[in-house]
Amino acid sequence: MSAIILDQVSKSYDGRIVLRETSLEIAKGRFVALVGGSGAGKTTLLKLMNGLSTPSSGRVLIEGADIAQRPGAQLRRGIGYVFQEIGLFPHMTVAQNIGITPTLLGWPPAEIAARVDALLDLVALPREVAGRAPSQLSGGQRQRVGVARALAARPSILLMDEPFGALDPVTRVALADDVRALHDQLGLTTVMVTHDVGEALLLADEVVVMADGWALAHASPRELLAGHPDPVVADLIAAPKAQAERLAELARG
Amino acid sequence: MLPILRNAAAGVSGVDPAVVEAARGVGMTDRQRLWRVELPLAAPVIMAGVRTAAVWTIGAATLSTPVGQTSLGDHIFSGLQTEDWVAVLVGCAASAGLALVVDGLLALIETGVARGRRRRLWSGGAGLLIGLLAALAPLAGRALSQGQAAYVIGAKNFSEQYILAELMAGRLEAEGASVQRRVNLGSVIAYRALASGEIDAYVDYSGTLWANILNRQDNPGRQAVLEGLRTELKARDGVVLLNALGFENAYALAMRRERAEQLGIKTLADLAAKAPQLTMGGDLEFFSRPEWKSVESAYGLKFKTKRQFQPTFMYRALAGREADVISAFSSDGRIAADDLVLLADPKGALPPYDAVILVSPKRADDRRLLDALGPLGGSIGVQAMQAANYAVDRDTDKKSPTEAARMLRR
Repeated sequence: MSAIILDQVSKSYDGRIVLRETSLEIAKGRFVALVGGSGAGKTTLLKLMNGLSTPSSGRVLIEGADIAQRPGAQLRRGIGYVFQEIGLFPHMTVAQNIGITPTLLGWPPAEIAARVDALLDLVALPREVAGRAPSQLSGGQRQRVGVARALAARPSILLMDEPFGALDPVTRVALADDVRALHDQLGLTTVMVTHDVGEALLLADEVVVMADGWALAHASPRELLAGHPDPVVADLIAAPKAQAERLAELARG
Repeated sequence: MLPILRNAAAGVSGVDPAVVEAARGVGMTDRQRLWRVELPLAAPVIMAGVRTAAVWTIGAATLSTPVGQTSLGDHIFSGLQTEDWVAVLVGCAASAGLALVVDGLLALIETGVARGRRRRLWSGGAGLLIGLLAALAPLAGRALSQGQAAYVIGAKNFSEQYILAELMAGRLEAEGASVQRRVNLGSVIAYRALASGEIDAYVDYSGTLWANILNRQDNPGRQAVLEGLRTELKARDGVVLLNALGFENAYALAMRRERAEQLGIKTLADLAAKAPQLTMGGDLEFFSRPEWKSVESAYGLKFKTKRQFQPTFMYRALAGREADVISAFSSDGRIAADDLVLLADPKGALPPYDAVILVSPKRADDRRLLDALGPLGGSIGVQAMQAANYAVDRDTDKKSPTEAARMLRR
């Protein structure tokens, strides 16, 4: 069964079309990257999947059920979401941030505390950060907390919006690898928005290429690297590919 | 309320949109988002609004004096009136000090909440609670002591009224009665307070009552006005007009003698001819009183400009030539002292203003009060009153109203 189905969805704000009619099926357990330039409609597409945004037309099915039939807040407690700007609550400690969704779900405090410890281990943060304020952490540590918060209520789906955008390259690669490992370890269905095509090709099982509100291609990284008839898609893939080849040449000396 | 609401709205709408979206993203309902995220994050801004409102309210509370409530404004208003700058300073400093203390306590609560410091929170809250209890204590005291019922003597907001209130209070206290004073009442408020029994006695003026309370525009003569008031006030409100004190404090238009002679003005009729070149100064209520309307229409007065002053500053304005004509009171000691002339009123547009003691309906049969105040009737001549008023109003060797009342008793 498909984890996520977008059935002919489109979205416009104030008469301006940000997402043209798009259909997309994401199978359970896949790691899918949405790539494209800014304004391509990637984030809009992602927000349709957990009801943060409502489609102007079309339906969204999560595990076979139309999400329009459920209260949005309840739906979102079952889907992990990592924000572009991290969005940790500045007035709560790290532990309270991570435990927020279980708290909303009414878990007993002892269970939440145990879950917070387990998640800190999972995202490779020392347990003593639990009592700190988000402002006392580095950017990389903050985004690890963001990932832990998204996973706290044991969702089967994880949505990430430019999760590594604000990080330095070394932290970025390390965290990306850790997230991919978590995806495999927890059997998640993951959808990640990124403008870094190289990152998408290296991490994801499937890549959706977007431009100007259109979903132009949906294929595996290997297929995309082999070439694509659409010139926009071909150009987008060609750039990191050429860079990688030049780096390889350089390394060979 | 306005600063609190505005700051609360500004605070909530000022929360980082990324954080608001995150709150939705983790599965909060709108209500949970408000209570768990938006209000806590807006708290410092909301508290700033509460603190602004608290300071503002303490400042504005001094304005409750003219409507008959006791406040720190009592010192400020009577101080301004009698030019007792120490009293004004005491009132202002106490008000400012209270504002600073309350602001400080609220700040303590705010930081206590923000940093989770229980002790700060509780000490701030306890301070406010103590202040509140201290403020309410007199009310409770009044409720408890209702049985022995002290006499309440009222006064409007000028020196003569303070002196006469002290005179009446002094006579009651000499009889062993306990007396409260409620000063700085507005003209109409004083009468209403008397009619409803909030105050037991005060001094008013026949013309004022005739025009403002009975809404009469005619002027049947001094004695007829007094008799008319005695019967009509008793019939309408149960208020007892005890007796006339013996002097008039009439509204009259006054000019500096040399200015009046230079312009050849002796009467209001003469004044009407020159009025378009002159500036008229009135006290704060004069231009809205029926007496002014009647003088204005009887003589066709049209001034170049009209300005309003506190009575004290009105006499200064006349001396400093900021005003050519002012609304004076015939019993004011400054008329003789400043060498002013009162303009004659040949058409009788201004009614007589005999000072009379009024007694509230509930004290109408109180022998002790009536016996104490009754002998004051006919005992104060206009010169004696002018002298007592001037003792309080003059700039040097000032007397307090209590001392001036002693001058009248002799």
